[in-house]
Amino acid sequence: MAVLDIRRKLSILADAAKYDASCASSGGEKRDSVGGKGVGSTEGMGICHAYAPDGRCISLLKILLTNFCIYDCAYCINRVSSNTPRARFSVQEVVDLTLNFYKRNYIEGLFLSSGVIRNGDYTMEEMVRIAKALRLDHDFRGYIHLKLIPEASPELAAEAGLYADRVSINIELPQDESLKSLAPEKDVGDIKRAMGRMRLAIDERAEPARTAPRKTFARSQSTQLIVGADQASDGDILARSASLYGAYRLSRVYYSAFSPIPDSSHRLPSSRPPLLREHRLYQADWLMRFYGFEQPEIIGAGEDLDLSVDPKTGWALRHREKFPVDVNLADRETLLRVPGLGAKAVERILLARRQARLTIDDLKRVGAVVKRAKAFVVAEGWTPGMATDGEHLKARLVEPAQLSLF
Amino acid sequence: MRVVRLASEIDFDGWRVAARDLRTEGIPPETIVWTVERDLFSPPPCGEGAGGGGASAEMAGSEPSPPPQPLPVRGRGFTVPPAFVELARSVVLHRSGERFALLYRLLWRLEREPRLIDNPADPDVAKARDMEKAVSRAIHKMHAFVRFRLIETEPEAYAAWFEPAHRVTEAAAPFFARRFTTMTWTILTPDACVAWDGQTLKVSDGADPADAPAEDAQEELWRTYYASIFNPARLNEKMMRQEMPKRYWRNLPEARLIPQLIETAQERAAAMVAATPSPAPDRVLKAALRQARDGSYNGDVPTSLEAVAAGVQLCRRCDLWRDATQGVSGQGAAHARLMFVGEQPGDQEDLAGRPFVGPAGQVFDEALAQAGVPRDRTYVTNAVKHFKHEPRGKRRIHKTPDRGEVQACRWWLDAERRLVRPRVIVALGATAAHAVMGKATPIGANRGKALQLPDQTRAVLTYHPSFLLRLPDAAARERARAEFVEDLRLAGELAGLLD
Repeated sequence: MAVLDIRRKLSILADAAKYDASCASSGGEKRDSVGGKGVGSTEGMGICHAYAPDGRCISLLKILLTNFCIYDCAYCINRVSSNTPRARFSVQEVVDLTLNFYKRNYIEGLFLSSGVIRNGDYTMEEMVRIAKALRLDHDFRGYIHLKLIPEASPELAAEAGLYADRVSINIELPQDESLKSLAPEKDVGDIKRAMGRMRLAIDERAEPARTAPRKTFARSQSTQLIVGADQASDGDILARSASLYGAYRLSRVYYSAFSPIPDSSHRLPSSRPPLLREHRLYQADWLMRFYGFEQPEIIGAGEDLDLSVDPKTGWALRHREKFPVDVNLADRETLLRVPGLGAKAVERILLARRQARLTIDDLKRVGAVVKRAKAFVVAEGWTPGMATDGEHLKARLVEPAQLSLF
Repeated sequence: MRVVRLASEIDFDGWRVAARDLRTEGIPPETIVWTVERDLFSPPPCGEGAGGGGASAEMAGSEPSPPPQPLPVRGRGFTVPPAFVELARSVVLHRSGERFALLYRLLWRLEREPRLIDNPADPDVAKARDMEKAVSRAIHKMHAFVRFRLIETEPEAYAAWFEPAHRVTEAAAPFFARRFTTMTWTILTPDACVAWDGQTLKVSDGADPADAPAEDAQEELWRTYYASIFNPARLNEKMMRQEMPKRYWRNLPEARLIPQLIETAQERAAAMVAATPSPAPDRVLKAALRQARDGSYNGDVPTSLEAVAAGVQLCRRCDLWRDATQGVSGQGAAHARLMFVGEQPGDQEDLAGRPFVGPAGQVFDEALAQAGVPRDRTYVTNAVKHFKHEPRGKRRIHKTPDRGEVQACRWWLDAERRLVRPRVIVALGATAAHAVMGKATPIGANRGKALQLPDQTRAVLTYHPSFLLRLPDAAARERARAEFVEDLRLAGELAGLLD
């Protein structure tokens, strides 16, 4: 095999990693390099050091250790049957790249994933070696996110947790049946069991230390679902998310619109990624996590989200009997369900109305999207009249497509 | 008209002293002009050599900025909410020419409206909050977009040229000191320069673009990464510009690639969509068939407890497998004389893959110990092998399995009974009683005695330990617990497990 220079390897192995949507560098333990021998800090909030022209945050050096893989998952560019160029980093190369980029303030840290070579344990071991070298040899205190290989031994996964701030396993397909047909060598049971063990480990280490000072350990785990590679409806996808959030305390479920890949499998749709659908799923996900909605309220199994309005507006249009809401009287839970009122705006409304009755202009100042909210609220000097029940209300709330859909 | 001269553009302390005196004197906001002193003999900037030259002042190293202090009271002095002082400290860094006047107007109004600062809907407060937000965003973007360049190798020293949106250089610097404590670095901006030598932060006057350090060899690699991580099929220029405004581009080494990446994106994406997919290898189809065959859980009757454990993982006899992590089969002594049957695994059991390890398991263990029954000589399992639940936010709420699910899962329970052949079976709770007896059998009327099963096995019915956890009344809970221990002791005795 030809020897590739580091630049060529980086271009292959970053390209191979870009279909993973996760980039977060938040939620790590607070620490800095004061008194240490190396560099690095994490201060709770992650930093996006650049944005690619796809609008995605570049926070971490997101690469694969190698894109050689023994598996044949149809949706993956790195599957064994794909004709993509292959490369493999050495442990030292990844360590050097990470430190060189970090010292120049390009990145928050490393996000390392890998194709599976030889077997799960061998691959996981190599990945853990990199994290270990960064932490122990270089006293690196920046962010590390390791992708777990589900079939690797629990001991290796636990070791990964010792050096990483976050670990993740991508479940990829919202329905187990499609995982079976599109990723025949992957065992959904392996994935779920690995996530289950990781949650128990995270929970256990999060408990306050009783006697000995406790070792630091990964704080969170996340996963990714691909949208549009199989027949799963939005309802199925959100039901899966609700189930994953409940079971494994995931900090995030990422939704990744299935993107055409070079040399794709004939069993997958070859079309533009459904970006708007992905966006609506994120909105629905936020409703579940921050707005007190339960999944069945947003959408039933087998149904798809209405792409023309955001899911909260969709819910409000289906439940017009609950509106208009008086912004000067309603409680937090009710306000959170009003279209156009974000979580921050709601907090500010609760503060501001202690001092004066709020008008529509006040709503604008506290950061509400008044255009969307005004048909659903009563404020000082404002009632929507018949607008709340008007048959053309929906047409007026449909937003012009904001994402470049071509 | 009063003219107030402040020492610098970000002279918060000067503003604070002047504003305090002015309000004490009763000078209304509209009669004051705020200006900044231009020093004709300003010292040379720090541009020549990293951190060299110029008048410089030391900052409190990597310490965070001091917490806002309430304004000291003097004469017929006054106090203001700490939130205002915090707000003012930040707003002063904004480039707007009216920031000092706006802050004084707020201070003035605070006298009559002491809670003003808590009203985000007030136009003055809203404007100040917007400026505060812009300043905090400028600090955040400075943390993100400063690009260090290696200027010396032995020992390593780094420098960066940066143009912040607001006058935030000093405010943003401690972050770099905390992150790059062991490095020597300088950040040059038009407003100020900060230099870190590993010990202290030195601040000096602003620099000139000509002082920017020369390109770093790593930037070529960084550009390679930037170009490769971009997915042309997801082009979204607007989002990129919103988060990485163009004003920052000229100091970002990767930004020079942007026009070309955008220009070729459409074409690259179209090529990927149009490409003819390569045919799936036979291997894939064979693997799919093999997987389908593995679903033959209806096949042979399991002949070992291992076969039960493996079979439960593949079981599709009902739908509960779908949202569960794994099937949880029984555990314990292979030929135990005493078998316990619970309802179903709970949250913890589902994650760990072992029965009775959660809160109910603890109650169970304590009661067993009290009854004198050694758990390791018994076999513990559940009527239903998958966790039935409903997600509720970040938690999973237990749901009682229905008759169909209990029926479907009896396949596995019956196999376990056949393989373990216990003398006594204890059914914990109504679901287990139903599964063991084959019909609904109330616990209250049947607990505390030995029942006879058709296969000569004896059965004892008792409460499920989680029932004890749910009883709200302490006295009732104590009573039920005592009965529970009594039942376990009876079962232990029947099985001959008590000393």
